[in-house]
Amino acid sequence: MKKVWLAVGLLTGLFIVLAGCGGNQGSPTTDGDDLSGSIKIIGSNTVTPLSTVWAENFMNMHPKVSIGVSGPGSGAGIAALINGTTDICQASRTIKLKEIDEAKANGVESYEIKVASDALSVVVNPANPVSELTIAQLSAIYTGQITNWQEVGGNNAAIVVLSRDTNSGTHVFFKEHVVQMLGLASEDKNLEYGSKVLFLPSTEEGVSEVAKNPNAIFYPGLGYVTDEVKTLAIKKTADDAGVLPSVATALDGTYPIARPLLYYTNGTPDGVIKIFIDYCLSDEGQAQVTKVGYVPLK
Amino acid sequence: MHEANGISVPASRLARRWRLGEKFVEGWIYLAGLLAIVVLLGIIILLIKEGVPIFFDTPPWEFFFGTKWYPVSEPPTFGIMPFFIATLWVTVVATAISVPIGVACAAYLSEVAPDSVRETVKPVIELLAGFPSVVMGFIGLMLLSPLVQSAFNLDTGLAGLTAGIMLAFMSLPIIISVSEDALRAVPDEFRQASYALGANKWETIWHVCIPAALSGITAAVMLGVGRAIGETMTVLMVAGGALAVPVSPTEPMMPMTAAIASGIGNAVRGGLQYQALFAIGLILFILTLAVNLIADRVLERQKRKFQR
Repeated sequence: MKKVWLAVGLLTGLFIVLAGCGGNQGSPTTDGDDLSGSIKIIGSNTVTPLSTVWAENFMNMHPKVSIGVSGPGSGAGIAALINGTTDICQASRTIKLKEIDEAKANGVESYEIKVASDALSVVVNPANPVSELTIAQLSAIYTGQITNWQEVGGNNAAIVVLSRDTNSGTHVFFKEHVVQMLGLASEDKNLEYGSKVLFLPSTEEGVSEVAKNPNAIFYPGLGYVTDEVKTLAIKKTADDAGVLPSVATALDGTYPIARPLLYYTNGTPDGVIKIFIDYCLSDEGQAQVTKVGYVPLK
Repeated sequence: MHEANGISVPASRLARRWRLGEKFVEGWIYLAGLLAIVVLLGIIILLIKEGVPIFFDTPPWEFFFGTKWYPVSEPPTFGIMPFFIATLWVTVVATAISVPIGVACAAYLSEVAPDSVRETVKPVIELLAGFPSVVMGFIGLMLLSPLVQSAFNLDTGLAGLTAGIMLAFMSLPIIISVSEDALRAVPDEFRQASYALGANKWETIWHVCIPAALSGITAAVMLGVGRAIGETMTVLMVAGGALAVPVSPTEPMMPMTAAIASGIGNAVRGGLQYQALFAIGLILFILTLAVNLIADRVLERQKRKFQR
């Protein structure tokens, strides 16, 4: 019986605490704000965390605005834009010419706004002598053709290949752009992650394993790189110079595994959508980009 | 008679009120019992409804014996052999470690330890069962995996072996607790008879108590196995998650539970991957149900054995 009362007491305490939190959040943060409306954002899974943070902050500033974010994928987002079922399409790839034509046929003029960038870093243990790899070498490592560090100029040790699991949008991006070498002469759409690749449930786990394991390799977003791991310079082809991922190299396009994160609207945005996008592009909005782990525009 | 009648009036009113309360409680308990059955049936129906359609796309033999799992490729392939073997390895490792330790610990607690020791140690062991599995996974990730890596000279400590050891810790409490109960249920006459025949303590435990409690211990082992098969978070974190069919427990692997957990997030509702993951869930459900049913049966037999 005593236990029951203890449980009841704990639950009551919890409810009081929760109610307290709710009360604080619910209180209006701006006075006399009459901006209202609703915005629908559909598209890339990768951009979703960023859009969600922006949407939450924006809704806190303007309590009468509601923003819905969903992330089925860039392709689905662009399809929704073409069909006119979304206000903003978030995408981690640029719109294809064919899709622009389809949009025009539907009376939709796609308008592209770059909101942030994403640079995928390739990291190894600091004890690993390898300091740069080409995309082709990375592909061979991730498909299981290269299994020993010796083959890429390292120690005689088996490579422990770490990847995110299929939940991750990055899993797909890395597969397309590195494993399948999208846009290179050696592009091959049939390549898949090898069967020895370790699929990890979180990016943090991959980074911590690389920090402990001298033979591991992993690809976290720039925001996840710590001092305990060594970032590799990436060469697009064997003839190019190796480039380290950074905000600067992601911005000028020299880092090969970087990609823009985009918003598409129907024509130039206006009304509440324009105010929202202006917020995303503002210094305050861009400050959130780094927190989520992506590369800001400036 | 007269006096008794005078008292019986308020007593019967009280009794009626009691009966009403009892009716209410009875109905309440009945509903609660019914709810459990309804929920169980609902889960089974859902698993079958969502999982079985995959077999129209991937024939069952390809699904069970296929070794390639590429759910996001075009066209996707669904072969769950790697997951099944991984579950097998992890469970085998967990059982091989937890059963000898668990039974020995139970024998100590029930036969050797003084009452004061048993009364403190048993609750502590049962407390171990309450550890959230994510905490066990974290311990495995941070403490055990580097140890396993250096002890077995592996490429990485994220392997089925690490997960199996962690799972052994997690199924130990249940094995110890249930085995100890089984051993204590062995009638004292058995031990007295054994001593009377000149057997020492060890011989009594090994040749009399454990055989007499064997069905209860088997049930304990089965419950531990069930726990190991169904555990998700720990294996997701420490088993490594490689898609190759593991030939030894020291390789990274992805047991069935981890495969479901890591795939369900991006599975489109009603899509092929979604159905395939539900089918894995159905198989897991059947496996753990079978294990639990066997344990139940064996435990029942143990109870009947000493009933007089």
